[in-house]
Amino acid sequence: MTDSMPRKPVPEPSADSRPHWEGLAAGRLLLQRCGACGRVRHYPRPLCDSCHSFAVDWVEASGEAAVHSWTVAHHPFHPAFRPDLPYTLVTADLPEGVRLLAQLRGAGPEALRIGLPLRIGFEENGEGLTLPVFRLRD
Amino acid sequence: MTLSGKGAVTGIGETAYRGGGDPRSALVLQLEASLAAIADAGLAPRDIDGIVVPMGTGGVVAEDFVTNLGIPDLRFSTVTPLGGAGSVAALQCAVAAVAGGICAHVLIPLGRTGRTGQRIGTRIQQMPQFRTVGEFEAPHGAIAPAQYYAPMARRHMELFGTTSRQLAEIAVTTRAHAILNGNATMTQPITIEDHQASRMIADPLRLLDCSLESDGGAAVVVSAAERARDLRQPRVLVTGMAEGHPDSPSAITQRPDMTRLGLAKAAPRAFAMAGVTPADIDVAEIYDCFTYIVLCQLEDLGFCAKGEGGAFVEGGALGLGGRLPVNTHGGLLSQAHMAGMNHVVELVRQLRGQAGAAQVPDAELGLVTGYGDLGDGTIAIMARG
Repeated sequence: MTDSMPRKPVPEPSADSRPHWEGLAAGRLLLQRCGACGRVRHYPRPLCDSCHSFAVDWVEASGEAAVHSWTVAHHPFHPAFRPDLPYTLVTADLPEGVRLLAQLRGAGPEALRIGLPLRIGFEENGEGLTLPVFRLRD
Repeated sequence: MTLSGKGAVTGIGETAYRGGGDPRSALVLQLEASLAAIADAGLAPRDIDGIVVPMGTGGVVAEDFVTNLGIPDLRFSTVTPLGGAGSVAALQCAVAAVAGGICAHVLIPLGRTGRTGQRIGTRIQQMPQFRTVGEFEAPHGAIAPAQYYAPMARRHMELFGTTSRQLAEIAVTTRAHAILNGNATMTQPITIEDHQASRMIADPLRLLDCSLESDGGAAVVVSAAERARDLRQPRVLVTGMAEGHPDSPSAITQRPDMTRLGLAKAAPRAFAMAGVTPADIDVAEIYDCFTYIVLCQLEDLGFCAKGEGGAFVEGGALGLGGRLPVNTHGGLLSQAHMAGMNHVVELVRQLRGQAGAAQVPDAELGLVTGYGDLGDGTIAIMARG
């Protein structure tokens, strides 16, 4: 890879989100959970908006998900994603009570409908970043 | 105390809008629009004693206006960085400032080089409001507003049966209005079939669902209501105003109800403040970064129930002579993307009876909305008077 090739956006983890990204690097989807009231939240942040505790622990997601909505990207807003077009971005409900955004693998958008069960997998993006992906569950 | 009727929009100004690029800086465009707005009010630049900057495009700050306009005694300045909700948020700030007696004449300048400068479609990556999605969603390829907003439209379609042809109605009507405006970027009529044939950007949003990237400037002057009586133009009072932030304001992905915007919280407060209902509104200038955002706001404003926006816009309902004339200037979709300041200008023009070929007959009461970032909403209701 030369310097002139565009790179995909790289997250800059904060103290709040670092365990989430370290989990993904190890192939695990870790969600932040309030250390006081137990409420799971996403995306990671410092304070529980329910009980206002700063205490945090982390739970591993079950891997289950269900379609909430989606879009199919056709226009290259970022040059590094041009080779991937078109790609489907799915927003899914997790049984843990939060949502996850990830690309769809192994199926086209015509298969999607609200509530369709999905499984969460993991994939290295070709530039050293491991991200969750969705596949249809069966 | 209420802000209702305490402030009036007394001056409006716009530069020529260019989709093909304007070589001048954002500051020059804002200064030209500001001089036009101040002159329209019958004021001199030295009369300005307040400035609200909705969008500091090009690094423009209040000090630039003091320096260039020769303002001798600026008593109030602030910023309203709510993206496309900022222009109408600035109105509320300005009315509050004049109602509180801090100052008498507030300039609200906006201008940008969205075509020749930093492109609007990807500018957001530098904005702090997008920090959260920048970390967690951009790595997946969700980069631009179209991609963040498209899932709201898709869910609306799945839940309520809303169609792309209904979104097309908004694009077609808005274009027809732009053609009546002597200062619009897009001047060729389009049909629903043209919309359906336009390329997909972020499904279900096609090219003709998306707003323009433009160069230009627009500005207004807000004055204390009692001072406005003595100025040059017919008085247009701001009678209701509100700002609303959606649940999960930093990530649409996590929003409990993806089909409801911040405007759903703001609109009832603004109508109550003005003492009117949606049925009373003669003309509406509704922030239109994307066609779907217009449809959703019509519901959140209460013109129809949630889920009924698709049927509401059918059959030219938003056109002149329709049930609710919307974006009579051509909006962000077909006039220019001035972050909604052109919507404020157009509403004032309508209520003065100065809208030319796009004039809604006898328009006495109207509203303008803003929509910004990941769903912030603003609204101002104005009345001739």
